[in-house]
Amino acid sequence: MQIPLSLQFINLLAALLLLIAFAMLTQRRILSLINLFALQGFVLAISTFVVAYSTSQHHLYYSAGLTLLLKVLLLPWLLHRLIRKLNVRWDVETMINIPTTMLVGIALVIFSFNLAAPISQLAEGITRGLIGIALASVLLSLLMMLTRRKAVSQVVAFLSLENGLFFAATSATQGMPLVVELGIALDVLVATFIFGIFFFQIRETFDSLDITHMEKLKDD
Amino acid sequence: MIDSQLLALLLIPLSGGLLLAVFGSRSWAAELNSLMSFGTFVASVVLTMRIIDSGPQVAFGEEFFIDQFNVFLVALTAFVAFTTSLFSRPYMRIEQHHGKLSIGMLHLYYSMYQMFTFAMLVALTTNNMGIVWVAMEAATLTTVLLVSLYRTPASLEAAWKYFILCGVGIALALFGTILLYFAAERLLGQGGTALLWTHLNQVKSGLEPTVLKLAFVFLLVGYGTKVGLVPLHSWLPDAHAEGPTPVSAVLSGLLLNVALCAVVRSKVLVDGSLGTHFAGNLMMGFGLLSVVVASLSLFRQKDIKRMFAYSSIEHMGLITFAFGMGGPVATFAGLLHMTVHSLTKSAIFFAVGHAVQKVGTQQMENIRGLMQVSPTVGWGLALGTFAILGMPPFGVFSSEFLIITTAMHEYPWATPILLVALGIAFAAIFGKIQPVVFGETTAKRLPHPPALIPVFAHLLLVLMLGLYMPPYLADWYRQAAALLG
Repeated sequence: MQIPLSLQFINLLAALLLLIAFAMLTQRRILSLINLFALQGFVLAISTFVVAYSTSQHHLYYSAGLTLLLKVLLLPWLLHRLIRKLNVRWDVETMINIPTTMLVGIALVIFSFNLAAPISQLAEGITRGLIGIALASVLLSLLMMLTRRKAVSQVVAFLSLENGLFFAATSATQGMPLVVELGIALDVLVATFIFGIFFFQIRETFDSLDITHMEKLKDD
Repeated sequence: MIDSQLLALLLIPLSGGLLLAVFGSRSWAAELNSLMSFGTFVASVVLTMRIIDSGPQVAFGEEFFIDQFNVFLVALTAFVAFTTSLFSRPYMRIEQHHGKLSIGMLHLYYSMYQMFTFAMLVALTTNNMGIVWVAMEAATLTTVLLVSLYRTPASLEAAWKYFILCGVGIALALFGTILLYFAAERLLGQGGTALLWTHLNQVKSGLEPTVLKLAFVFLLVGYGTKVGLVPLHSWLPDAHAEGPTPVSAVLSGLLLNVALCAVVRSKVLVDGSLGTHFAGNLMMGFGLLSVVVASLSLFRQKDIKRMFAYSSIEHMGLITFAFGMGGPVATFAGLLHMTVHSLTKSAIFFAVGHAVQKVGTQQMENIRGLMQVSPTVGWGLALGTFAILGMPPFGVFSSEFLIITTAMHEYPWATPILLVALGIAFAAIFGKIQPVVFGETTAKRLPHPPALIPVFAHLLLVLMLGLYMPPYLADWYRQAAALLG
């Protein structure tokens, strides 16, 4: 069976997304992490655009535009500004055990492919089988959140988690209703602003953006 | 008609939030906050009467849906939000007097308080499962800066944990929502209607079971994080202990309920699709685990607000367990327990708030003899504790009794676990609160008279629900329980 060109292209982009998720998992430099996040958003916007074109779902053009605006331009710009103001632009995170993290990541990918297999069977149309990849990138972002110790990289992980979810929405369902997507975009934007406020509060209080300082609250 | 009633309910807190964003630092901001909350409460009463009279309704082109189940939560939310605003008026002034809060912080607090009410009411009344998600996330966003209001290291840590954990949890719930939409799209087609709960409810038996199963797991874990179900509860005690007490009261009394409402709505769909007890079993498991872990944690607590936060986890676990069992009696008991827990727990937090202000610490070993210095605060805390521990004649006793007797019939193996956990919780809380209330005093006078009317109003209601439930109220609960099946 001949696979249509658009589907091949979307599959390629999905693979790229997964690759970027792995790259983010192991990236130590905060600046490069933010650039990777912007790249992820860009790939996401293109894939949304391709889905929109090949299924002629007009509202997906809007979400592709929204993604481009929010996740490729606005949020990375905000983050760049933040790390410049906070003077953590050149920070390098010390991470232990990158190989182990990678292995756990691979295990997560296998797990999500298995979990999504019965659902992928049901999917029709061009985007069949991409749910596994979407779930994998969601779980990889979760893993990244767990392994990071800097507030900024945790936030980037949080935002890339949202990217994975957005990919799930476009690939599995060809886009949620527009009102829901707008609501989600608004929430993400507000969340980023609040994160920004937090960075300053945390820095002011702890003299550092290292969240290892924030493990004092215990039950006793 | 219904449109305008709903519009009033949602517009009053929204405009309150905007007004207070402008005027929040004026000297009458606290009064404006209470006034707006009162307006919301009146609107909720009007809406409730309407729904009780004429049954479930949709509004605004089906974007909103109100039935006996969520209107009951709307009324409860609006009522507790109103009484909490009454409590917070003197409470926040005393905090300001003690130098803990600045005008700017109060400004933020008043504005966000109204926005939080608005987000919760949207989450409750919307018919769109996607908007439920958006509103739940908005409720987190509005409260996260309130948890860190004091800007102490501990409060910042608590707020960060709250933000990150609830953010992750709610992201998983979004994945569940996407899966739900994926299943629904095949039946209802593209576009707006495929996420509307009323439409989903009509076609639920045709929804693909494998997808729905997975969707429910994600929805339960996601919204369950906000309910405070173990093992995703670790944000809850921190946020309750470090945030200002009015925020603890509304988080514990209201937000947890709203999140649970989203879980219950999803359960109805999943039950219809699967035809098995899968969703119920999961909820019972998580509920039971929460009850057990929370009651075992109670002994280790030294901070009074933290202890009552764990007690909230325990009670939310119990309610989740009751909804998980399903059936008219257990669901009835779950709804009743939601009501009495909200009222009692917020009353306890009001009393605790003033007690902490008197002694200047949240460590229970330093709070002694409240009865001597302020009999009203002491009695409020003592009676509230009795009520929350399920002593008759308070309403908590009736609902716990119903839950446990139903469990005896349906799931006998769970009964001893529940009884032992409740017993442990009783011993832990009673043992710690007894010297706090009685014993030699260390407290001093407050610069403003404390707000105690809300405490006793709540406890009186809980007492009433325990002694005598008016037939129309019982009817209302029964109808709501019937809707949930």
